[in-house]
Amino acid sequence: MKILVPVKRAIDYNVKVRVKADNTAVDLTNTKMSINPFCEIAVEEAVRLKEKGIATEIVVVSIGDKACQEQIRTALALGADRGLQIDTADSLDSLQVAKLLSKVVAEEQPGLVILGKQSIDSDNNQTGQMLAALTGMPQGTFASVVEVADGKVQVTREIDGGLQTVSLSMPAVITTDLRLNEPRYATLPNIMKAKRKPLDVKAAADYGVNLTSNVKTLKVEPPAQRKGGVKVADVAELVEKLKSEAKVI
Amino acid sequence: MAVLIYAEHDNQHLKSETHKLVTAASKLASDVHILVAGSGCSEVAAQAAKIDGVSKVLLADHADYEHQLAENISALVVELAGDYSHIAAAATTTGKNFMPRVAALLDVAQISDVIAVESADTFVRPIYAGNAIATVQSSDTKKVITVRASAFDAAEENGAADVVNCDITKPLENSAFVSAELTKSERPELTAAEVIISGGRGMGNGENFALLEGIADKLGAAIGASRAAVDAGFVPNDMQVGQTGKIVAPQLYIAVGISGAIQHLAGMKDSKIIVAINKDEEAPIFQVADYGLVGDLFDILPQLEAAL
Repeated sequence: MKILVPVKRAIDYNVKVRVKADNTAVDLTNTKMSINPFCEIAVEEAVRLKEKGIATEIVVVSIGDKACQEQIRTALALGADRGLQIDTADSLDSLQVAKLLSKVVAEEQPGLVILGKQSIDSDNNQTGQMLAALTGMPQGTFASVVEVADGKVQVTREIDGGLQTVSLSMPAVITTDLRLNEPRYATLPNIMKAKRKPLDVKAAADYGVNLTSNVKTLKVEPPAQRKGGVKVADVAELVEKLKSEAKVI
Repeated sequence: MAVLIYAEHDNQHLKSETHKLVTAASKLASDVHILVAGSGCSEVAAQAAKIDGVSKVLLADHADYEHQLAENISALVVELAGDYSHIAAAATTTGKNFMPRVAALLDVAQISDVIAVESADTFVRPIYAGNAIATVQSSDTKKVITVRASAFDAAEENGAADVVNCDITKPLENSAFVSAELTKSERPELTAAEVIISGGRGMGNGENFALLEGIADKLGAAIGASRAAVDAGFVPNDMQVGQTGKIVAPQLYIAVGISGAIQHLAGMKDSKIIVAINKDEEAPIFQVADYGLVGDLFDILPQLEAAL
């Protein structure tokens, strides 16, 4: 079985986010970029399924300019077999990304597509579900356990108030939550090996997908800052303030 | 044009997210309809009909909808979508699960996690874990949005809308429900609670969370936790408040032994009053707390319980 893992190049999760002075976007100049953490978990899960003998090949795809080859190489170093960069200079919305990925699914015919549940930049949490809808596949979102058996995949999902387990026919789409696994570190020999793994480049325009979005960002602003209040001396003063000043108890 | 809202419920009770969603929807159009999809959920529909500002309740009551799986719920919503300018659901794990499917099947974008409605086509939403706030405008013919319920006040229940049965059945074909493991608690749910008391790594271990229970009982509070406490294995993940957990905005939030990582602040900084109890007076949580108390939580918590 083949597994397709789409990955996104995103701001590194340790970087402090700053909004540009003209309020048009977040300032990404000279910012450290990484593979989106949820996508990294998706790669790790695919590699584990291959190590268990369930998957035979892992294909990693990323959509963006040439810079995203760095994230594809990271995934190859973690254990993916080959990469595909869909080249575009535009930053696409989830629907356009899902449409491009649906074309890749049609070409590659994977048994599973594993994606991160959201990227830590746009925080949309949409692409996996949209891809599932466009390809008619069932979905197991926010996965914390994935088990493949008898041509089906059982996914335990993190939902409000607990866990839910669903059984899906394959091919299926899975999106990863944080507790699905802890990604490994790439070893130096594997990083060297990854450089020789195949990486195809195709132009986004060649997929015949309308890449224009109907959503326009009007402005991006820093959030309102909350001001710190006062320190209280003891429990008695705290309770008194909550009762008479804040009036919340 | 009208707005179609997807009701958040568990087949027995309507959840308060729905009331908040109605407030958000009433800023989009004057006609607000609610879809209640589930199994044996006519009580939920009756309750939804009472929410102020709701003109019609659509009830899709069928065994196939019992667990509200994304595959057939999205198909149901798409079939109903024709009459509506906007389709809205709460940004809960249910809404996040099926709504992007609705958007893709309608060939429109989804606007996720809306925290303010500027106009019928312009919305405000957090990006980069709340470190930036974007205002976006959609020119799609239908707007599909998920709403962060905690950002809106709940609509009251004085209405009497009609409940209409919609007998559209969408069988589940390639997915099936297996089991659910839901945390049982007498306490309010985190996302609906007026008061929340949360523990962090400073609690030391899972047993010490019992120190929060007496206080929670007296205040009618829900108990939460920081990601550090969850990752350390003190408590289960569904108690997590933060960017990767629940986003809450109660009247009173008490953070105990929580340092105040950005991750956690992203989930609770819209609370009306924040109290921080921490032995480290330099902890960043004090920069957002209305009332800070520096000291050992193991001394302070019993005193607080006694004082309430």
